[in-house]
Amino acid sequence: MALKIVKGSIDRMFDKNLQDLVRGIRNHKEDEAKYISTCIDEIKQELKQDNIAVKANAVCKLTYLQMLGYDVSWAAFNIVEVMSSSKFTYKRIGYLAASQCFHESTDVIMLTTNQIRKDLSSPNQYDTGVALTGLSCFVTPDLARDLANDIMTLMSHTKPYIRKKAVLIMYKVFLKYPESLRPAFPRLKEKLEDPDPGVQSAAVNVICELARRNPKNYLSLAPLFFKLMTSSTNNWVLIKIIKLFGALTPLEPRLGKKLIEPLTNLIHSTSAMSLLYECVNTVIAVLISLSSGMPNHSASIQVSLRSIQHYLGLLAMSKILKTHPKSVQSHKDLILQCLDDKDESIRLRALDLLYGMVSKKNLMEIVKKLMLHVDKAEGTTYRDELLTKIIDICSQSNYQYITNFEWYISILVELTRLEGTRHGHLIASQMLDVAIRVKAIRAFAVAQMATLLDNAHLLTGNTQRNGICEVLYAAAWICGEFSEHLEDPLSTLEAMLRPKVATLPGHIQAVYVQNAAKLFATVLRGQEGAPADRTVAQETSQLLIDRLPLFVQSANLEVQERASCILQLVKYIQKLQQKDVEVAEEVTALFAGELNPVAPKAQKKVPVPEGLDLDAWINEPPSESESEDEGRKPKGKAVFAKEESKHTKPRYTEVDEKELAKRREVRKAEQANNPFYIKASPSSQKVYQDGVGVEHIPVVQIDLSVPLKVPGMPMSDQYVKLEEERRQKDKADKKKKDKKKRREKGEKGRRRKGDSGPESEEDITPAHMVDITTEEMPENALPSDDDEKDPNDPHKKSSKHKKKKQKKEKEEKEKKKKKKHHHHHHHSDGAGDESVQNGNVEEEEPLPVSNQSSSIYSMCDIQGNLQDGSQVVVSVIFENKCDSFIKAMEFNVLDSLNSKLQRPEGAGPHDGLTVPFQLPPGISNEARFVFSVQSIVMPQKLKGTLTFIVKTDDSSTHEKLDFKLHFTCTSYLITTPCYSDAYAKLLESGDLKGSSLKLEGVSQPFHHLLARICFHHHFSVVERIGSCASMYSRSIQGHHVCLLVKTADQTVSIDAKCDEPGLLGNVLDEIKLTFSQC
Amino acid sequence: MCQPIKKYLTASLPNAHPLHTYGSVRKRVKCSFIYTYIHIGSESTIKIKMQFMLLFSRQGKLRLQKWYVPLSDKERKKISRDLVQTILARKPKMCSFLEWRDLKIVYKRYASLYFCCAVEDQDNELITLEIIHRYVELLDKYFGSVCELDIIFNFEKAYFILDEFLLGGEAQETSKKNVLKAIEQADLLQEEAEAPRSVLEEIGLT
Repeated sequence: MALKIVKGSIDRMFDKNLQDLVRGIRNHKEDEAKYISTCIDEIKQELKQDNIAVKANAVCKLTYLQMLGYDVSWAAFNIVEVMSSSKFTYKRIGYLAASQCFHESTDVIMLTTNQIRKDLSSPNQYDTGVALTGLSCFVTPDLARDLANDIMTLMSHTKPYIRKKAVLIMYKVFLKYPESLRPAFPRLKEKLEDPDPGVQSAAVNVICELARRNPKNYLSLAPLFFKLMTSSTNNWVLIKIIKLFGALTPLEPRLGKKLIEPLTNLIHSTSAMSLLYECVNTVIAVLISLSSGMPNHSASIQVSLRSIQHYLGLLAMSKILKTHPKSVQSHKDLILQCLDDKDESIRLRALDLLYGMVSKKNLMEIVKKLMLHVDKAEGTTYRDELLTKIIDICSQSNYQYITNFEWYISILVELTRLEGTRHGHLIASQMLDVAIRVKAIRAFAVAQMATLLDNAHLLTGNTQRNGICEVLYAAAWICGEFSEHLEDPLSTLEAMLRPKVATLPGHIQAVYVQNAAKLFATVLRGQEGAPADRTVAQETSQLLIDRLPLFVQSANLEVQERASCILQLVKYIQKLQQKDVEVAEEVTALFAGELNPVAPKAQKKVPVPEGLDLDAWINEPPSESESEDEGRKPKGKAVFAKEESKHTKPRYTEVDEKELAKRREVRKAEQANNPFYIKASPSSQKVYQDGVGVEHIPVVQIDLSVPLKVPGMPMSDQYVKLEEERRQKDKADKKKKDKKKRREKGEKGRRRKGDSGPESEEDITPAHMVDITTEEMPENALPSDDDEKDPNDPHKKSSKHKKKKQKKEKEEKEKKKKKKHHHHHHHSDGAGDESVQNGNVEEEEPLPVSNQSSSIYSMCDIQGNLQDGSQVVVSVIFENKCDSFIKAMEFNVLDSLNSKLQRPEGAGPHDGLTVPFQLPPGISNEARFVFSVQSIVMPQKLKGTLTFIVKTDDSSTHEKLDFKLHFTCTSYLITTPCYSDAYAKLLESGDLKGSSLKLEGVSQPFHHLLARICFHHHFSVVERIGSCASMYSRSIQGHHVCLLVKTADQTVSIDAKCDEPGLLGNVLDEIKLTFSQC
Repeated sequence: MCQPIKKYLTASLPNAHPLHTYGSVRKRVKCSFIYTYIHIGSESTIKIKMQFMLLFSRQGKLRLQKWYVPLSDKERKKISRDLVQTILARKPKMCSFLEWRDLKIVYKRYASLYFCCAVEDQDNELITLEIIHRYVELLDKYFGSVCELDIIFNFEKAYFILDEFLLGGEAQETSKKNVLKAIEQADLLQEEAEAPRSVLEEIGLT
């Protein structure tokens, strides 16, 4: 035994200690991995020994290796051994290793429970301390459960050192084992008044963290914390408390008013930046919760914001901006300064702020400053960011803030001088957008674009990958399309046909060629009639004939095709010109017709013309042609048998490829024999240019790295001045034309819904208007307002789908019958953005119809009208399922006292409404009917009839279908989101009457259950805690309906409250029905 | 690498003021708190104030790491690798805070060492910066003009100091004096245990 000890100790003398290991690793930089693997082998040997000192040394080294990223999980048991050593030296190392290496899935943690318990109750406070520290890192739910009591006892330890640690670790224990919170909380609260400030601040820490997770339950502690806040001078504690108040104020607005004063005091008195920042943040939260703005307080924020580090200041400002835009707007200069900051994240934050800050007044100024930054900015990514921001800022909410589009165009033109930007297409699309939509600006835009084309060499520059040349695409198109505004179309035409154009990307060349033709037409029209100019017209034709061959040779198919077409056309025109035939009109007719902007939603509004079925096959789908397929498919038919649509495709491409190859061969042979064919080679341009004559000898363009000011381009800056003048004048005019103005304003208000700018902006009338809503709809658009419905609405889709399925099943049973169908539908109206979801359970009446071929199929949508709580819109989709033509449909409903079909004036109460269309076979169309409903408390069934004439080839029969419309109470409910605090207030108000419902044997999971109620009955979940949820909905007449749904083993209990007991009872019955059906 | 960090201590944080000035909070505060129902969110929402602390060199070598959230080794490695790269790529004049994934990263460079903390979204960046600074001050006091090598060769001591200062991601002791006193006493305990243990003694030859 003695010998063994001797051996162990001697070994230990020669062992590496941690320092040796570190030194060794530093000396083996080249083969570190190899060195470490030998070290690990040594450590494994050391761990096998009985000597605890050796083991501790080994574990210490392992901890170091673990940090370097080596896996040491295999030594977990040895770590536990070292932890359980009775000597503090080793215990300390053991716990350190454990805290670094163990995590929740480490299985040996189970073994440590008793050891830790022993250490916790050790008489040595440092033993207890290490155990607590270690535990804080690797506490698991099991450990937390087993040790919670021991730690709780330690909270009242005599030594503050232990108390402090015990209090802090309780937080971890609560997280892992929430049940411990209830018994431990009173003691934790006591610690808030502990004589030791360290323990006290630990307790504040823990309670504040707990409270931040779930502020509601800690509201009652607010007075205590308020006193602490006013008395404590420990900044760490203060920060915690202030943060807690930030979380509490949204729940208790009264608290906010009380807080403002002490917080402002702190803001002015404290010298610690971190505390200042926390105060400012909380003040912001308070101001947000107090909906009324307090200008004097926001002033104090502004003072403090200036001193805070830029980044955090900007962060805070973006919070203020959301609620108090005005107080931030005055810091515009400060924010613009931040654009000069070295740190990109600061600059980007500042840009974000600018986006929210612009108004009609300051837009020009801000953009001007940004333009300066664009010039200065180094680094293309940041410059690109600036560029996109400028465009974003200007174009936001439909150019809302732009008052002068000439200015905007010149800004865009200035932006084209940026070198190497990726956003050429962005600028181009803006140019096109503005030129097309703002009619008044076209003349100016065209002039600008013409100069741009003329100076194209400046844009294309020396690099081919230069993205800015995209702008030329827009320029060429605008010049061509609106060529009537051009002053000198001939010179623009000449500019567009320069040989250098051939170096541009293909899609731009194509636009060039096409628009050259448009310009040609304009030139002809301008010059014909004056006999002296006839020669000019002919020269123009000659110019085109000379230059177009360059494009005919283009490698780009689009360019080639267009060029050769136009070349032939021009040649023909030339012939006519030589015969003195007036051609201008006919050429102009080629490009006649004005282009109108179209709103993105316009297509939806065009009704499908009668007789057009978009789903019908134009040709019969190709049937499987076996003989061919089997010959070509090596894998056999079985694999592809089900993928009919797929396997037809590859077959065609195969053919194509073969043929293509053949054609290519033929073409190559042809080309080889053709002496005139110039193969694609870099010299091809030269070949052409040589043949053209002196005036087209390419002139070397000087590419200057410094962007030149393009002559004749007005600078955007001028507009700032002009705009000022204009506004002044406007102001003067305004007084005179007060009446007229008012009318204008009304119009503007309508066009710009949601204009949230300051009121003073109303004074600034834009110089140009964007034509959007008024003109961008096609003539035959349906005057419906359903364009707001969300096409991606999952409810809508799924419900349709489901109902259709039901329908099919029924169809099988009863072939001849009429179906009334309802599907969910979303509708938004302008006043509020609440979506109205209405669904209605269909009522199907099997009815024998005399004519066996007729089967109408209709779907129905019921929309409540929010503006008028008593109106319901039913849209019915009729589909003709039979082979005959259906016409003269009349829709009639037998009115009840409560619900009436709204009929046109002069019609009697029993007259039917004519459906305004006829239905050819297989066609469907939609009609809307408005019902006025007085009381929405009761569900309602309305009987109705649809009469129609079925017309077959030789005869026509009059037919009738009966149906029932079922207005359930649910369908009067609107899914309305509700915040939990508003919800709580609503329940507290006591205006609501309660009722309850119990459902047995519901086996579906709770979230399915909730989803079902939300979906079928238009509720929204306010809050969900475990197997308990509160839900809310509102009726079209503004009744509140609140549900509390609880579930416990297959029993669901619903407690409901509503200010209208009748409605509530019916809704509950309907919910019950929904669950009995499943 | 041997450049003392202390030099940077005086220069850094111009506005930093000692935070631990304990006042008189002894007033008895009476509060009628009725314990009702306290709910801590589900497991997934649990977050700790400070998520982790990393110390790494300019070369990107990790010198110290402390994790206050349970993560697997693989995740830890990935996070620290990504983060070290991100921070080293930043220029010296740049802001000390950055948003990274859903965390806020607060870092500061002292001589050749980067001190980096990850905190939750709602936390105060400036106080985190002060925590870093306080830790550096503690190291400096303990080692006496601390440099990177001190931390490399005595990494366990650096951990012990950190553990006395922060517990479970929360600052447990705001007084420097108290932290150092605790460490010194624990060290004393360790030496007492070690001192009489010469080799000869161990085999019973004395």
